[in-house]
Parts: sequence; C-alpha cells; structure tokens
Amino acid sequence: MNILIIGASSAIAEATAQFYAQSERANFFLVARNERKLNVVKDDLLVRGAHSIETHVTDLADIKQTDAWLTQAFSVLGRIDLVLIAQGILGEQDKAEQDLAHMHEILQVNGISQIDLLAQLANRMEQQASGTIACISSVAGDRGRPSNYVYGTSKAMVTTFLQGLRARLNTANVNVLTIKPGFVDTPMTAEIEKGGPLWASPEIIAEGIAKAVESKRSVVYLPWFWQYIMLIIKHIPEVIFKRLKL
Amino acid sequence: MTQYKSWGGYPSIEMQGKALQQTDRFSDIPVPEGQSFLPYGNGRSYGDVCLSSKGHLVSSDNLSHFIQFDVHTGVLRCEAGVTLRDILAMAVPQGWFLASTPGTKFVTIAGAIANDVHGKNHHLAASFGNHLISFELLRSDGTRLTCSDAENSTLFYATIGGLGLTGFIVWAEIQLKPIQSALMDVESIKYNTLKDFFTIAEDSEAEFEYTAVWLDSSATGENLGRGHFLRGNHASTPALLPANSVKVFEGKALSFPLMPPISLVNNLTVKAFNQLYYQRQKEVEKNLQQHFDPFFYPLDGILNWNRMYGRKGFLQYQCIVPNENAYNSIKELLEKIARSGKGSFLVVLKTMGDISSQGLLSFSRPGANLAIDFPFQGQKTLDLLAELDKTVLAAGGALYPAKDACMSAELFQQAYPHWQQLQELKDPNIHSDFWSRVTGLSA
Repeated sequence: MNILIIGASSAIAEATAQFYAQSERANFFLVARNERKLNVVKDDLLVRGAHSIETHVTDLADIKQTDAWLTQAFSVLGRIDLVLIAQGILGEQDKAEQDLAHMHEILQVNGISQIDLLAQLANRMEQQASGTIACISSVAGDRGRPSNYVYGTSKAMVTTFLQGLRARLNTANVNVLTIKPGFVDTPMTAEIEKGGPLWASPEIIAEGIAKAVESKRSVVYLPWFWQYIMLIIKHIPEVIFKRLKL
Repeated sequence: MTQYKSWGGYPSIEMQGKALQQTDRFSDIPVPEGQSFLPYGNGRSYGDVCLSSKGHLVSSDNLSHFIQFDVHTGVLRCEAGVTLRDILAMAVPQGWFLASTPGTKFVTIAGAIANDVHGKNHHLAASFGNHLISFELLRSDGTRLTCSDAENSTLFYATIGGLGLTGFIVWAEIQLKPIQSALMDVESIKYNTLKDFFTIAEDSEAEFEYTAVWLDSSATGENLGRGHFLRGNHASTPALLPANSVKVFEGKALSFPLMPPISLVNNLTVKAFNQLYYQRQKEVEKNLQQHFDPFFYPLDGILNWNRMYGRKGFLQYQCIVPNENAYNSIKELLEKIARSGKGSFLVVLKTMGDISSQGLLSFSRPGANLAIDFPFQGQKTLDLLAELDKTVLAAGGALYPAKDACMSAELFQQAYPHWQQLQELKDPNIHSDFWSRVTGLSA
C-alpha cells in the first residue's frame, strides 16, 4: 500500500501511519513542517514495519511549493492508494474575535491551504483513476457554535469542498472520505480540560479511519457516536440554539 | 487523559502542582525553575511511588516512539513512554520477546526500569534491569547523560529500580530475546499444601522458563497455601508466520465499565471464588498451548479491573522473604491473612532465583515472593498490613515499592540498605510521596 500523508506529525496522522506500517508494511511519503518531528515519526514507522519512507519538509501555507512536492510524491510512490490530509490548528476563538490576523491564520491553515492542496491533488488522482483522498475535517464544521465558530468555519469550508469533489471524482473511481473526529486527546487539544466518555485516543480514531478507507465510506464520524450527537445538534431550531452556550 | 492517580486508587492525594507533558525527546523538562516534579509513565504502580503531592507530574505520554530496532540482534531503542504492549506488537511477529516482563503489558519502558520489574522467569532472567543496555537521563538542570555499564555507571545502576528519582529517562535501549512462536506450552498442576508448592517449584525451575502460582487465600489448616502451579515455556511450533504478524493479540479486551459504590471483593465473594477456582481443574493439566497474552497478562484482558475494588481502592502487599526459613515465613503470612478473612482473588506466589538484580534499590532478590490484594477498608486494612510487616521485618525480607502505600521507614531502610546512596544521587528537584515517607526526608 502506498500512502501520502500531509501534516504527518499530527497525532491522528501519526497513529494512522503506525496502523498501516504495522498491518500493511506500507510505503510512505510524509510531508510536514517540522523536520525534527518528521524524522522522529519516520524512525518510529520504520521500526513498526513500514516498507519504505520518504519525507519532505515544507511550510504547507506556502502554496507555490505544492506542485513540486506532489510531483515528487507521485514519482517516488508511483501509484498512490491513500492520501491523508491532516494538518491543522485549533486556534483560539477569543483571540480570533479581537484579532483579524489570528482569524485569518485559522482560516488559511485549516481552510484555504487545504482546499488549495485538494484542488491540485484532485486532478492528479483523477488522472490516476484509483485510490482514496481522506481529509480530516471536524464535527465543529457541522454547525457554528459560539465557543469555536472560526475553527468551525474553516472546517465547514473543507467539508463542503469535499462534498463536491466526491461527486466529481466518483466517476474517476477515486473515493473522497471526509473524516469528522469529535474530541481527540492530542497535543492540539493539550490546553483543554479532558476526561470523560466523549474523549477518544488518536489510536481509536486511526482504526476508524482505516476501516472507513477500506469500506470506501464517504463521511465518517469518529468515534461513531458523534454522528448521533451532531444529528441532534444540527436539528436544534436556531431560535433555541442561539441561546445555548455550546 | 489528565487524571493522575496510581493504580490502586489508594492513597488519593491532592496535588499542588500540575500534570505536565514532556513535549518530545529533545526538549527540556517543562517545569518552572526551582519547582519540584516527578516523572510519570502510565500510572500502573499501585501505591505512591508515582505520586507527588508537593510538585508537578511530568508525563512521558508524548514520548511514544521507537527509535531503532535491529532484527538480527534484538536490540531495541525506544522513547520512555513506549509501553511493553507496543514493544510486543512490534517485536513478536519478528521473532523477539521481552527478556523480562511483569504481569501487565500496560507499563512504560521507563516505568519498568524505574521499578526494576520482574516476571515469571525471574529464576532464569532476574529482572528488567538485567536486560537494559543504556538510556538517556535528563536531569532538572538540563544535563543529558547517556548511562550504561560503561558510561555514567553509578547513575545507570541508581536509576534501575531508582523510582524515577534520579532524573527523567528520555529513551532506553534493551536486549530482547528470540522466540519461535507466539504460543506457550503450558502446564498447570493443582497442589494441596504449602510444602507441595516448594517441592514443585524446585522441580520446575530447571525445565520451565516461567513459573508462578495462583493461591487460594481462603484455605486454612491443612489446605493452607494450596493452589495451582502454572509453568510454561515458549512453544517451538507453530512458527511465526508473516500472516499472523498483525494478530498478535487475541480478541478485544473487556473493560470494567463502572466504579461500584462498594468493593465487589469482600469476604463472601472471595471465599466462593477461591473455592470454585481451586476446584475448577483436574489434578494436572499438561500439553496445553496458549497464546502468550493470557499466559503473561491475564488481568490485561479486563481493562480497568482495579475498579472492582470500588471508590476506596485497594492495596497490594508484595514481599519477598529469604530462602532460609521461607516456608515458615510464608506460612505465617498466609495464616495471618486467612485469619483476617480479608484475602482476595488474586494471590500470587513465586520462588525467585539467585541471579542478582542490578539496581541500587532493586526489589528482586532470592527468596519466596508473595503478592496479594486487599480492598481498602480503612484502619483495619492498615493494621493487617502492619501485622504482616512484622513477619517480613523479622525474616529479613523486603516489600516492593512499586506496590506499596504504607510500609514503615524502618522496614524500608532495613530492606534497602543503599537508600542513602540513592538520596545522594537523586535529582534535587525530584520529589515523590513514597520517598518522603520511607526516608523521612522532606525533599
């Protein structure tokens, strides 16, 4: 199995890569910003059973570079069976409300740069006419909530883009998977008070991703119960919803 | 998750500091200058060796990466927070196994070093530290020391069984041992008396790599010490195949779903369980083949089994008494336990071998090793343990710090005569509740 991972040092990406290293002895092309972190991930995956690993260090916000490293990834791996897009930041809602630059940063990193990447990737995958594009969105994109609507907006942008892309690539035999994790215990959420049944480990999310890829799902909530939580949240009438401090 | 307590749930403490995370293996310890802390792995020690009410806890959760593995020599280097489960999942399909493993695979490698854990093959392999090649120690002043038998050897041996007090272990390198199969050839022998136990143990140690006993703690009189003697070796067939490389672990673990308001382990349940469990098998069961997981880690099959003891938690009492007079000491301990009626389902007895452990403060030593859980029932439980302490003290035995929450300073200092050396080598900013308790020193 040949896998391209973008944002490879994120906790969910790493756990997913570990899964495929161990179970599939996969070949990897890993892209991330931090070289030292990337090398830690690379060594780890090799011990866990990865067959081969190439890495590429780049600032993903620098969209002029994308074409070059995508070309390299396709030439190193040949056919790509799975692309996992996992980069992202949580940002700070309070700060974003007062600081336009921070709001733009959240929208740029989670939204624009992902869509930009997806657009270029889509054409190549369409040409290849096989494989899966799996992109980590979030339950936060399902409905704007006062506690994190800037982050939610960036994720909604990606989710909507993926919906359209899925239909377009369907005829080319390329599956587009939208991954919507709930609360995940990762360094990204380190500042948040955790615990309780709603929090899941990156390993649980990774297993869910692998299963969804295998069964060619379109959208997957992880863990599964978030589908029902969001179903309720999406259907609360706006007149009530606006009074809730969610 | 950020809930920091030990496995036994006793003592429960209020921590003045915070639960912090070591960011990665290159970073400094994330503790403000001058404040104290304690390295924290997976929280699987039972008492207070992993607790620090005065300082911060620095978790190794993010240090979960393998660094290097040589499939030809079995030498593995990995970060501190890698668990034994991770190691087995990676190594078993490639024909390698832990040279020494405790009864749970959910401990981190650094925790295994810090407590110098041992397993069912102690009579041949001694303890975890005997298979340790080197590690990197990060001190609170930012110094990084590579420690091995050849380099910084004083700190190397002080850190083995050093209860996390000498610094933060960043990575470690261990020697694994080759196996041909993921299965075990197992025998289980039902025996009737404590004397039989010592006889079977002596007979088994040459031919069986792994030995241990489940013991009926409710049995008295002639039946005192009866139980099932379990012994086994790694199987030579079926050989490992690439095809079974993923399926290292059988099935899904069950989880103890909730915390019952009272302990489910009480006089009634213990007596009934022990009687039934003792009678469940024929005299001898031979030629059994079993996956290594239930053989080594029967309790790992039920996640959060500690919840069974309810909110008040439990205490485990684990001691070794020297070989001279081992029979009488164990008999005395079992009699005291049976008289109290406070025993538990899980009582383990094992004879330890003569190979020395490496650490300054290693628990493993020659003798007979007894471990038993008690639900915490307030003062009467503490009184019982104090009563057991008298036997261990008189016998010249030792309690296991990894399991302990209440041994006296007197017993500790008699059993661990090198403790003052460790105090000198200790990182000045590391503090643990256990260490304050057994040394009487505040810092």
